Amino acid sequence: MTSVLYDVPGPKARRVSLIGSVIGTVLILGLLAFIVMTLAQQGIFEGRRWAIFTRADVWTLLGNGIGATLSAAAIAAVIAFPLGLMLCLLRISLVPWIRIPTRVVLEFLRGMPVVLMMLFVLLVFGTSSFIAVIAGLVLYNAAIFAEIIRAGIQSLPKGQREAGLTIGLTSFQSRMLIELPQAVRRMMPSLVAQLVVLLKDTSLGYIVAYGELLRAVQVMADFLGNAFLFPIFFVAAAIYIAINIVVSRIAVWIERRGSKKAAGGVAKAPTAVVAPELPDVPERK
Amino acid sequence: MEVIIENLPLYWEGLLRTLFLSVVSGIIALVVGTLLAAARVSPVAALRGFSTVYVEVLRNTPLTIAFFFAAIVLPRLGVTFQQFEVAAIIALSAYTAAFIAEAVRSGVNSVPLGQAEAARSIGMKFGQVLSLIILPQALRTVIPPLINILIALVKNSSVAGAFFVLELFGYGRQMANANGDQVMAVLLGVAFFYLLLTIPLGVLASTVERKVAIAR
Repeated sequence: MTSVLYDVPGPKARRVSLIGSVIGTVLILGLLAFIVMTLAQQGIFEGRRWAIFTRADVWTLLGNGIGATLSAAAIAAVIAFPLGLMLCLLRISLVPWIRIPTRVVLEFLRGMPVVLMMLFVLLVFGTSSFIAVIAGLVLYNAAIFAEIIRAGIQSLPKGQREAGLTIGLTSFQSRMLIELPQAVRRMMPSLVAQLVVLLKDTSLGYIVAYGELLRAVQVMADFLGNAFLFPIFFVAAAIYIAINIVVSRIAVWIERRGSKKAAGGVAKAPTAVVAPELPDVPERK
Repeated sequence: MEVIIENLPLYWEGLLRTLFLSVVSGIIALVVGTLLAAARVSPVAALRGFSTVYVEVLRNTPLTIAFFFAAIVLPRLGVTFQQFEVAAIIALSAYTAAFIAEAVRSGVNSVPLGQAEAARSIGMKFGQVLSLIILPQALRTVIPPLINILIALVKNSSVAGAFFVLELFGYGRQMANANGDQVMAVLLGVAFFYLLLTIPLGVLASTVERKVAIAR
């Protein structure tokens, strides 16, 4: 790997770097060994403690937890996205008495901890914790989606809207047909990144007693005894993190794909189009 | 409304505790995050690897899991804390440091190549290039995203309220339980105090962003 930050290492620098790497690795391994030893002293690695994973009901409970996590995230995402689009349209409305209240609401929602919204819905409206989790996630993420899409619309060249209005579209039509599709596409990486945040935030459901993955861990540890807390927690955390890493990877992949396409698009865009003969413009379907 | 005025001392206490958690974790996270970013671009492969793995894992860990680990799993493994604030600060700063590392790294990448080349050609070593030339410019460009991370930190500190720390959210829960008939007023009060912290920070971020944009 080369970097502009340092010279291509010569033999001496390579040696120093190698020694550094070895020392660093030894230190990290030493730290890990220390942790493992400490854990071993607590009897964490006794087979009996991990044997619970041979039991089907443990996996059933973990599976239920994962299902609850994913379904809350999926439902919240599906509701939050259109709501975000709508809030975005209201936020950039030309009518001040629509735009300004929307702005206040968005600032309010964005400045608020998600868990507070969940608790609010849970206690004030007396809903089930499932509804509370979804409502909290939807409100917060719709506000974020709205801001992301607004940033996308503002980043579009002015000519897009002007052209739309010129060919006789109304302001609303221009937003829906010309600007929003481009803005959503342009902001795809940020939108998917926000989906990862949404997925992570479902774990806040633990606090309002929603039966998601972490709650399942707690329940099992309470039921089976403290001895099993660490193994169960370890496995559940690994599952959670693995799911998130996969979704993050997808986000990165979409970003790469998107930027490649955009670059190709610009490169291929003709500088001037000379139509040899203007064909009859067919009616737009 | 009266319930808010009656409980104003509790709100105030909670606000201070939230501020305390955020400031301490924020400072730790800024230092650790910058070090991680430096490790990420360093010539030593082991440091690069460690930093990459740390950032990747922590960024994908839900904050609640980090808190659960620090406040519930660690004590049962024999690591006990005098106060749960310590656990909260560990969880918050470990989590936030990963985001700061990513932001600083993107700042490092945004510094023009010529800067590092010029620094190297006058004979600077890696440490000098990074600390004297690259980081000062990189940190400057990433101030707005860093402020946004700190806003998120203030909001994230609310999770501590669920793990035995009495800060704004923790007091809010307590007050909501005590005043069952006025839950809405109590929680709106909590919301107001959070906004008191987050909105000025947001305004600051956008002002700085505009300033930086003009300077460039």
